[in-house]
Amino acid sequence: MIELSTPLSEAAVRGLKVGDEAAITGMLYTGRDAVHKYLHEGGKLPDGVNLSGGVLYHCGPVVIKDAAGNWKCVAAGPTTSIREEPYQWQIIRDFGLRGVIGKGGMGDQTLGACREYGCVYLHAVGGAAQVLAECIQRVPTVHFMEQFGAPEAIWEFEVVRFPAIVTMDAHGNSLHKEVFAASQAELAKYV
Amino acid sequence: MKPSPEIYDALEVVARDLYIKALQDIPPDVRAGLSRGLEAEKQQGNQTASGIMLTILDNIRVADEQKTLVCQDTGLPVFKVAVGGKLDMDLWRLKDSLRKGCARATAERPLRPNTVHPLTRKHTGTNTGEGIPVVKLDFVPDSDRIELQMAPKGSGSENMSFLKMLNPSEGIQGIKRFVVQCIFESGARPCPPMIVGIGLGGTSDIAMGLAKEASTFRHLGTHNPDPDVAKLEDELLDLINQTGIGPQGLGGVTTAMAVNIEWAHTHISQNPVAVNIQCWRGERAEAELDAYGNVSWK
Ligand code: SF4
Repeated sequence: MIELSTPLSEAAVRGLKVGDEAAITGMLYTGRDAVHKYLHEGGKLPDGVNLSGGVLYHCGPVVIKDAAGNWKCVAAGPTTSIREEPYQWQIIRDFGLRGVIGKGGMGDQTLGACREYGCVYLHAVGGAAQVLAECIQRVPTVHFMEQFGAPEAIWEFEVVRFPAIVTMDAHGNSLHKEVFAASQAELAKYV
Repeated sequence: MKPSPEIYDALEVVARDLYIKALQDIPPDVRAGLSRGLEAEKQQGNQTASGIMLTILDNIRVADEQKTLVCQDTGLPVFKVAVGGKLDMDLWRLKDSLRKGCARATAERPLRPNTVHPLTRKHTGTNTGEGIPVVKLDFVPDSDRIELQMAPKGSGSENMSFLKMLNPSEGIQGIKRFVVQCIFESGARPCPPMIVGIGLGGTSDIAMGLAKEASTFRHLGTHNPDPDVAKLEDELLDLINQTGIGPQGLGGVTTAMAVNIEWAHTHISQNPVAVNIQCWRGERAEAELDAYGNVSWK
């Protein structure tokens, strides 16, 4: 297990390779379709959000207010990342992202941006909403709640040892591509 | 015989409780399947895949301890109801009770509402609506009981549904080829390790219904009673696990935990094959009612 803490340095990110299991401590920002589209179209980040060295999590969490009036995240599984493929490369470039977490992997444009600007894609286990929510110690605040609605808003998560697997590294390698190519070769035997 | 009038209220409460239980408590046969998957990946020395299987099992443990939902998708409610043939009851009211039970689970737990109009995408807010919950009614001879199975079918796996009206001359080879193609197309999206349900024969709609029954309501570790069909189940499971897609699509030997096939007779010039996938969560809950509305949980 490789321990990572945010903000991530370029050197730390370039030192990761496909297959590495990471435990992330620090700050995660959530973002789904609405946030990606908004930033892609030139939207500004809200005050207090700095993605430089930051990690973006493709997630539409279930967050409730506890008795004391604090946000509490009760389910935080990843959503399918490939929907953000048209936008992700640009957000990596323009905002200095060092990590993107989601499920299922992304395409060549994102892989290219990871290599060029020093970023990695990490896969979190789909459906593991509880294990992942347990790593969230605090939810300091939320942005764009009115504009985008709760699942699509930017949530700030303070996490301790959030588990994810590096599946696209900053050297042009993608585990998703490798598995796909190998299974295509298997398929060729039957079709 | 006429059941006691309380049975409809009892059905409503059972439907509510089944919906919540299915989301919180993974069935024993699915847990066993996941544990077998972990062992298989460990034996291969595949660290990534073993780690994923451990996380999945850990997630189930946390949900048990905290009595909370395993995954955030509360699905679309599907019931399979087997009504004893000796019961003389109002089947419209039975369906209505199930609908009310789903709405109550959504309001009282509360559960994330997922049910929308297919065109306007407007939410009903209750996880019920036109045609929802899905209720599959069946009848059992010589019985005065009601057996209920409930599954809140998640969308990641349900979106991986396929139908092909193959040419009869394509035979078993054609069926195998089509199923494996469906698995490749699904890849990581239905959150593997998955349960593959296959419907063979019937008409197109029957084949799809059988595939859903196979993926969602059949217990892991069982085989179709027809020996030819059971053999095909084993062969397909081997084939699918040779693809190397693995847990979460990141490589490994546990792409599927089971391949279940249900079948119906078909027309001389038809060969329908339907595929419906269930994710690792394998959500399902079961209960039985007697004619007086007494519930036994399974
Ligand atoms: S496919 Fe299943 S485990 Fe994965 S997110 Fe959907 S309901 Fe959850």
